[in-house]
Amino acid sequence: MAGASGTLDLRGRSASARFEENPATRDNPWARRIILATSLAFFALFLVMPLAAVFVEALRRGLSVYVAALTEPDALSAIKLTLIVAAVSVPMNLVFGIAAAWAITKFDFKGKQFLITLIDLPFSVSPVIAGLVFVLVFGAQGWFGPWLRENDIKVIFAVPGIVLATVFVTFPFVARELIPLMQAQGTEEEEAALTLGATGWQMFRRVTLPNIKWALLYGVILCNARAMGEFGAVSVVSGHIRGLTNTMPLHVEILYNEYQFAAAFAVASLLALLALLTLALKSYIEWRTAQQGTVGDTP
Amino acid sequence: MSIAVRDITKRFGPFTALDGVSLDFAPGKLIALLGPSGCGKTTLLRIIAGLEWADSGRVLLGDQDASDRHVRERQVGFVFQHYALFRHMTVFENVAFGLRVKPRVARPSEAQIRKRVDDLLELVQLGWLASRYPTQLSGGQRQRIALARALAVEPRVLLLDEPFGALDAQVRKELRGWLRRLHSELHLTSIFVTHDQDEALDVADEIVLMNKGRVEQVGAAQDVYETPATEFACSFLGAVNRFPGRIRGDELELAGDWLPVVAHGIGEGEKAIALARPHELQILSIDSAGPGLRARVERVLINGPVARIELKGETILNGTGSYPTFEAEVPRDRLGGLDLKVGKHVRLSANRLRAFPYQSL
Repeated sequence: MAGASGTLDLRGRSASARFEENPATRDNPWARRIILATSLAFFALFLVMPLAAVFVEALRRGLSVYVAALTEPDALSAIKLTLIVAAVSVPMNLVFGIAAAWAITKFDFKGKQFLITLIDLPFSVSPVIAGLVFVLVFGAQGWFGPWLRENDIKVIFAVPGIVLATVFVTFPFVARELIPLMQAQGTEEEEAALTLGATGWQMFRRVTLPNIKWALLYGVILCNARAMGEFGAVSVVSGHIRGLTNTMPLHVEILYNEYQFAAAFAVASLLALLALLTLALKSYIEWRTAQQGTVGDTP
Repeated sequence: MSIAVRDITKRFGPFTALDGVSLDFAPGKLIALLGPSGCGKTTLLRIIAGLEWADSGRVLLGDQDASDRHVRERQVGFVFQHYALFRHMTVFENVAFGLRVKPRVARPSEAQIRKRVDDLLELVQLGWLASRYPTQLSGGQRQRIALARALAVEPRVLLLDEPFGALDAQVRKELRGWLRRLHSELHLTSIFVTHDQDEALDVADEIVLMNKGRVEQVGAAQDVYETPATEFACSFLGAVNRFPGRIRGDELELAGDWLPVVAHGIGEGEKAIALARPHELQILSIDSAGPGLRARVERVLINGPVARIELKGETILNGTGSYPTFEAEVPRDRLGGLDLKVGKHVRLSANRLRAFPYQSL
């Protein structure tokens, strides 16, 4: 089964190589150069330059300023809060994503199509509106506001609100990775496990999970990247209290607005590094998935 | 162990997949559930396994009512059309799966598991593939591994859902014989689903012929082939020629011509349809007296020991509205005496055809 790694012909060449080497299908060399140059220029201007600018600006005033910007108490508390938020929301979405994908692909029920559409809602709604919804529901003037105040629970302008908003925004990542894969894999292997005497948990642990693990990890990584980088929804519910409810993206904004450019870029560079790490992990997983598709998994 | 189903009914929305099916499967037999696609045979098999629930009716395994039992408690071996091997496990681990998931008290030791899996791989003659992954095997090998995996847990019955359906013709033929031999070694009550009448006739001790959610006929393979109970049974089990007409005593009247028939339970003068397999038709000279109807040779195909002759009738038969086409088979060595050429007029006859009540389509 080729598939994931691209189509190979009998001599193992990729389809694009075959296309290029064949004089009958080869493009005019000038057309090729122009297409390549355009895409590379675009790539440099809109992707590489901003990324480089972050690091250049972060280190412009020297390494000591860079380190100081990252180790001052407010920055440390922002980093800590971001990690906490990711550590809570990613596992929640992991569990939800598996449950939703399982329900959609292994069961038949009314309103399935509606649920699939609903999972995509956080992608189609502006994050700011998502934040506002939580303010309206849990805020002081909101539906549950009085009850929350009486019981001395703070949601909005506090950590729980930030977690809620983040969970909402990162809701679709895991489920959307799993649903197509689990649909393609069907339920036969699970049925086989049941006829062989496996319990529901054994079936999930030994059959379903190994089959979806790479897609699951992929979803988790994307989910984590978004959870750490989310700005809009979190900004609405956080209240921007320094040292208390500021996540890294919010901290960057505050520093920037206060003309502390070097510090702002220093914190931003951490987020950029996270993004690069995520990309590296993502490529690795894609490569592993392709490997698995061709010659089976190696334990 | 015997298997029985009683009054099984299953609906999928407005579609009735099974309509009050009752059957008894004798212990130790290899039985084919045969029928066209959509006749409910796979659904019945899955209901016996517990992978599907009947709307009403009961499933009996041995003398126990298994209707409310969970799949894993039914101890059935199930083989899927598309193998359903665990793709992330080696062949060895696939076969060992059923042993490894047993509750701790019943689980064999690692050495026992190894022994049992090795024995099973030996049984399916694929011991040398133990460390491969399913994607590295051919279709036929995968299905044999799937069978070994199903046998590992010592099931009380074996259920196979179109086990050879995804394989090419050559491998399919090979595996049929192999399954037949394996069954005569194990004597495990086995039911296999197929839509291929040759496969059913070739492999099974007994055939259950199904159509539209109902059982048409049950019997030994040869009986079902030679004495079909219904028009459907007759036409599904092989190519047939159709003669729609009216019953007159022992004859079927066909627009001026006639054929001798055996008609049970059809009244004098009623509409009936007689069916003849290609090898039952006789091609006679156009001047010969007696039964038969006039036809013209359209095509003569000679490949192998039997010649196939396509003919077009020269009279429009009851309710068909066009000239009928027929297919006859003649042993090659008798072909010379007939002197058949395309366009030649002949008389087509048959001995004692089976007549069934006419059902307008």
